[in-house]
Amino acid sequence: MTGQGRLAAWAVGLAALVALPFVYRDPYHLHILVLILIWSFAYTSWSMMGRFGLVSLGHGGFMGIGAYVTALLWNHLGLSPWIGIPVSMVAAGALALVVGYPCFRFRITGHYFVLVTLALSGIVLQVITATRDYTGGSLGYTPNRATTNKLLALQFDDKTTWYLIALAVWLAGIVVWHLIDRSMSRYALEAISEDEDAAAAAGVDVTAEKLKITLISALMTALAGAIYCQYQMFITPDTVSGIAVSLQMVFAAIVGGLFVSLGPTVGAIITILLAETLRIGFGTKAVGWDNLVYGVLLVLFIIFLPKGILGSVLDRLKSQRKVSRTHEQEAVKIAR
Amino acid sequence: MLELRSVDAGYGSFQALFDVNLDVKAGEAVGVIGPNGAGKTTLMRVISGLIRPSRGSIRMEGVDVVATPAHRIVSLGIAHVPENRRLFPQLSVDDNLKMGAFMKEARGTYAKRLDFVFELFPRLKERRHQMAGTMSGGEQQMCAIGRALMSNPKLLLLDEPSAGLAPVVVQQVFELVKRIRASGLTVLIVEQNVQQVLHVVDRAYLIEAGTIRSSGTAAEMLASDTVKEAYLGV
Amino acid sequence: MQAFLDIFDIYLLEAVINGILLGGVLALLALGLNLIFGVIDVTWICYAELVMIGMYAMYFMVQYYGLSYFIAAPFTILLVALLGALLHYLVIAPLLTAPPINQLLATGGVLFVLQSFATVAFGIDFRNLGIRLPVLAFGDMNFSYARLLSFLAALVGMVAVYLFMTRTFTGTAIRAISQDRQIMALMGVDTKRMYIITSALGGGLAGLAACLLVLQYDVHPFVGLSFGPITFLICVLGGLGNFIGGFIAAFVFAEIISLGGLFSDLEWGYVLAFAFFIVMMFIRPAGLLARRR
Ligand SMILES: Nc1ncnc2c1ncn2[C@@H]1O[C@H](COP(=O)(O)OP(=O)(O)OP(=O)(O)O)[C@@H](O)[C@H]1O
Ligand SMILES: [Mg+2]
Repeated sequence: MTGQGRLAAWAVGLAALVALPFVYRDPYHLHILVLILIWSFAYTSWSMMGRFGLVSLGHGGFMGIGAYVTALLWNHLGLSPWIGIPVSMVAAGALALVVGYPCFRFRITGHYFVLVTLALSGIVLQVITATRDYTGGSLGYTPNRATTNKLLALQFDDKTTWYLIALAVWLAGIVVWHLIDRSMSRYALEAISEDEDAAAAAGVDVTAEKLKITLISALMTALAGAIYCQYQMFITPDTVSGIAVSLQMVFAAIVGGLFVSLGPTVGAIITILLAETLRIGFGTKAVGWDNLVYGVLLVLFIIFLPKGILGSVLDRLKSQRKVSRTHEQEAVKIAR
Repeated sequence: MLELRSVDAGYGSFQALFDVNLDVKAGEAVGVIGPNGAGKTTLMRVISGLIRPSRGSIRMEGVDVVATPAHRIVSLGIAHVPENRRLFPQLSVDDNLKMGAFMKEARGTYAKRLDFVFELFPRLKERRHQMAGTMSGGEQQMCAIGRALMSNPKLLLLDEPSAGLAPVVVQQVFELVKRIRASGLTVLIVEQNVQQVLHVVDRAYLIEAGTIRSSGTAAEMLASDTVKEAYLGV
Repeated sequence: MQAFLDIFDIYLLEAVINGILLGGVLALLALGLNLIFGVIDVTWICYAELVMIGMYAMYFMVQYYGLSYFIAAPFTILLVALLGALLHYLVIAPLLTAPPINQLLATGGVLFVLQSFATVAFGIDFRNLGIRLPVLAFGDMNFSYARLLSFLAALVGMVAVYLFMTRTFTGTAIRAISQDRQIMALMGVDTKRMYIITSALGGGLAGLAACLLVLQYDVHPFVGLSFGPITFLICVLGGLGNFIGGFIAAFVFAEIISLGGLFSDLEWGYVLAFAFFIVMMFIRPAGLLARRR
């Protein structure tokens, strides 16, 4: 597809997405769509790191901070989410830097990195539970309903508004993805993910590059948490933070594909529809069954995908990269 | 005792051995010589089951080796001292020897075998609590051979036991091979020190590019023109 | 001397000793995880969830079927050992040659499965054994008998593992595997079988930990989340696969948690431990005892 053609396709697709809630008004379906958009944004945020081999299981922590800090500031200090959300993002970013810096500086990679980040999300969950006097602990937390200025409180009753907000946020995520795709950092990070020492020897500032992408990823994930909280108006530690949420992000991103901008979105569509189907299928009588089947399916998926998910996707990407490079070279030749 | 018939073997799509026929009779010492990359190590590996042949048959005292699971082959009486010794560097000498006696059949006679090995290598007894990785090259080679002897084998496969050792130590290693033979073991030995190995073994095979080029008694090989020119430098 | 005793807060001493007692159980958990990583090169993210299943097993055997605690304990250890072996056989073995991240994620999937299984089978209620063990008083200090028992049992468990690893042929082989996987067959070792044994051993340690933790904590489907993260931190700080490092780190963390808990809730102890962990990463990036793959 030519550049212009692709742009046109995006424009048409977007127009259709924007128009959707004005023609189609089924609230349940719109609800599912909003959820898909918000989680797609979260998964895209995770993939910013994941695609460069930085497998973090700590993003549940960032998401939890985004959600809880925003809600707490609103309820206890009356601070509008318009300020609360940036504050929560800064908090998540600061945490990401504090944990990320020693990890990257001292080359904590592989299993070690996974476990450190895993602990991070576990600890955030612990903190939310521990501060139950403020956060409601594991019972969950609800932002106070705004009585007068809904816009200031970022609380809306109609699904259409939320759909459009979620769509905008999701689109912003995709745009950031493409910006990174075109930046110099992308090449540096790709080099790092292939061979850290070689990249360092070639003059790449490994620590700085990794920190940058981690910061971006954490900020976006916190935003996802905050938006989720404002939309659902009810959060519990388990739904926005902790190990389960972190794992969910990784699964979805990998199911959909890490290396294309729409991959995490596809992952969100698949996993949320699956979870939703299971939830409805089992009904309210069988609490937990949906998760059980979901977990089993995930394990089976990982085992029976030949060469492993990441591996096969990587392979495909490598051949794609080669193809696109030769295309570029040909294009250059023809232009001459 | 050991017979290989039309054995092909390799690594993935790469074939390293072509139609190899080889016999070792009980009580014999047989040498395998050949240039680097000829497939000598591959031959040893295929006998001990580290890699499986893609064609052909291997029999040890009539038992089908190919049909035996890799970890059961040592129970057939085949002990392999691998190239570069491959000790467990962070285990003590004692523990390395213990690993040699891992299989059920050898555990009963563990204490007796240990005495035997320590008698053969008094040096190992002195160093029994030292980490194997911290010992000298010669000591490590003793430990590797000792480990193989712990399984009470009938056939000992030695892959370049003299590699990387000082000339004096090389001499000792060959002396040792003689003593091991004298104790009734059958030995199949791969060596770069062609001159010396041909004075220790009864017969030898010359392998090149994965095929057996020639074979004969040690004296025949020493006299053979191909061997003389290519390996003895005369 | 008297002045020293005066400033030496008796509660501080109590917290220090309680920390040591907690350290025993944490060391047990770290040992299991380290063992599996050291031998098979995988990390079971769902390790604490195996403990959770073990705690339920104890609960049902003791509360529901009226078995005595000391009869139920061996059954629990066996059951979780079996679960560990099964986990390896069904999930890890098919993925041994897959990229490590897939192995990690698969055990992450198992974490989901175990949690939701517990939710489905046992509900989300908090349950406890209903055994109230007495509190021992030394002077002004109080120690729960449960903690003392846990500490001693954990110590016995670790000594047993140590003896197994150093004295037996199988234990020696388990230590050897990670040093040279390829030549294990030359020693007559069936690597697959060793992996199963190691997994069962790791499971058994989780089972033992379950028997001990159920004395002090209520069991619910998400109880693993309270022990899991701290165990991972201990393993990272001590160096994955490094038994001694894990042992020391377990006690260091236990002290922090216990002393942190002195001033507020136990959860804040965890937070303090995590903060300490981050600081340690700056000071000693290679772990407490540097041995890094
Ligand atoms: N693990 C392996 N994977 C792929 N190819 C291998 C492997 N080991 C050996 N080869 C190839 O098989 C051929 C025979 O190798 P082998 O090690 O048997 O030679 P060799 O006769 O023992 O040589 P040397 O005297 O140097 O030890 C070589 O071309 C080598 O590159
Ligand atoms: Mg060789």
